[in-house]
Amino acid sequence: MYAILSAMDLGVIFAMMAIGVYVSFRILDFPDLTVDGSFVTGGAVTTMMIVGGFNPFLATLAGLFAGFIAGCLTGILHTKGKINPLLSGILMMTALYSINLKIMDQSATVSVANEETILTSIRNAWEALGLDDLLNSFFTMLGFGDDLPETWSVLFVIGALALMMKGLCDWFLRTEIGLALRATGDNKRMISSLSANTDWLTILGLGLSNAFVALSGAIFAQYNVTADIGMGIGMIIVGLASVIIGEALFGTKSIARTTLAVFLGAIVYRIMITFALKIDIFDPGDLKLITAVIVIGALVIPKVVDRQKEKVRKTKRRKAAIAALQRKDDDVASTKLGL
Amino acid sequence: MLQLSSVYKVFNEGTADEKVSLQHINLTVEAGDFVTIIGSNGAGKSTLMNIISGVLFPDEGEVMIGGKKVTTLPEYKRSKMIGRVFQDPMAGTAPSMTIEENLAMAYARNRKRSLRNGLTKANRTFFKEALSSLHLGLEDRFKAKVGLLSGGERQALSLLMASFTKPDLLLLDEHTAALDPSRAALITSLTKEIVHANGLTTLMVTHNMQQAIDLGNRLIMMDKGQIIVEVKEEEKKTLTVEGLLQLFQRIKGEQLVNDRAILS
Repeated sequence: MYAILSAMDLGVIFAMMAIGVYVSFRILDFPDLTVDGSFVTGGAVTTMMIVGGFNPFLATLAGLFAGFIAGCLTGILHTKGKINPLLSGILMMTALYSINLKIMDQSATVSVANEETILTSIRNAWEALGLDDLLNSFFTMLGFGDDLPETWSVLFVIGALALMMKGLCDWFLRTEIGLALRATGDNKRMISSLSANTDWLTILGLGLSNAFVALSGAIFAQYNVTADIGMGIGMIIVGLASVIIGEALFGTKSIARTTLAVFLGAIVYRIMITFALKIDIFDPGDLKLITAVIVIGALVIPKVVDRQKEKVRKTKRRKAAIAALQRKDDDVASTKLGL
Repeated sequence: MLQLSSVYKVFNEGTADEKVSLQHINLTVEAGDFVTIIGSNGAGKSTLMNIISGVLFPDEGEVMIGGKKVTTLPEYKRSKMIGRVFQDPMAGTAPSMTIEENLAMAYARNRKRSLRNGLTKANRTFFKEALSSLHLGLEDRFKAKVGLLSGGERQALSLLMASFTKPDLLLLDEHTAALDPSRAALITSLTKEIVHANGLTTLMVTHNMQQAIDLGNRLIMMDKGQIIVEVKEEEKKTLTVEGLLQLFQRIKGEQLVNDRAILS
């Protein structure tokens, strides 16, 4: 119970990152590796500002904005510099490593252990409401009494924030600019013949995507009470895993449905990882390997299943055709006999 | 409305593959004109379209639209004034978006896109009305993804999207060539209807001589980057495919072996 709940805490935090990855990977059709860097940038800017005495909410917002800038730079590399999408992301990610170290004053970690963060403020406000007691007594009643989390505030408040960001994303993708952004990923030639500047839209889209990622990083760093220079490694794959798992499990009927699927996908992914790591044969260090395997599986298995289904269908149809032919022959034979 | 003066375009300049695609083309199209353009492969028809729409820029010469010099104006700025339908039915619509969303994007063509909702109630009513003018029943499949439509339906939708904001100029680039004959006939008659109803200034490239003769009030024939035949309104009314071929032969003094095949 406790393990699942902390997995869900992480899930809602990473959900915002996953929605960011969805915007670049699916909407813009741009596999953007900036994510590994901008996730840390968000955390680094926010923790440094908190340590520097800024309001934690302002600091988190600044982290988000830093991610936006990083994404825009990747977009500029691609559109104005004509660099291939993957390479633009890799270049930006590499550059961001040094930039993040600069932001963090050349130290590999920044701690906010004794500072007020948005999570401590939320927790204080939450506890003042007395909701934890209510929820705890409910779960004690259900028999989970000795396995309760320290606070429910992360799950509920950050969960609500993540859903709000999802709603914001849905709304944006329905505006005139949002529609043009989606078309940029879907049919670039068409939307530029409809007077949309696809360069500008790509830059904006990558900016927004990385703003989501950096917000996620900013909150993750506060949740862990440390920003770590290495905390972004493999983040793009985590995002992809959430997008793919979510889409497969919850469907992609409309934009709002898909972003919800991605949100839930991030939570499911976290729970999967938690269970995988509970199995004794895995070390905590295997996390990235497991993630990669999950993504590979999610990408390959549906294709294999489809091919298999197609094969079965074809054999069936051929058999039916042969049977029909035979029946015809029989008919002909019997008519001949009748004569 | 449209004025091309001495437009020159060369590809792969200075290499073995050098090809002069347009050799100092002059063309004036008045408002309300419907010009059909024919010519064999490599005559420069598509290059001409791309230079008018701003996908390519001329190496020399000038392009004016509505009295404004647009020679080096990028496509996304110019397309506020220009509606365009491509040959490939997949090119003019966004497949993973719905019919209404596609229309909304086309509707936003001639204004600055903002954070307004792209699909308001008023827009939807207008879109439904416009769709019903196609007589394809698409107005009942408003929320269907465009990728699910047939090639003919997608091309009809592209045509509507290119024209329903009444652009200054409508460019049709062999827009019926990739369709089967019955669908092509449908799109041709829709084209006639839409251009006529809105009085759109139109340029249509086609491979089909009969279509070039049937539609529009002016006809030009291109060959090797030049306009070699220009047929005006009165003359065009009595023009036949045979007459057009003879005209071409007289000017070029060469046999049109390839183009005869297209007539069949």
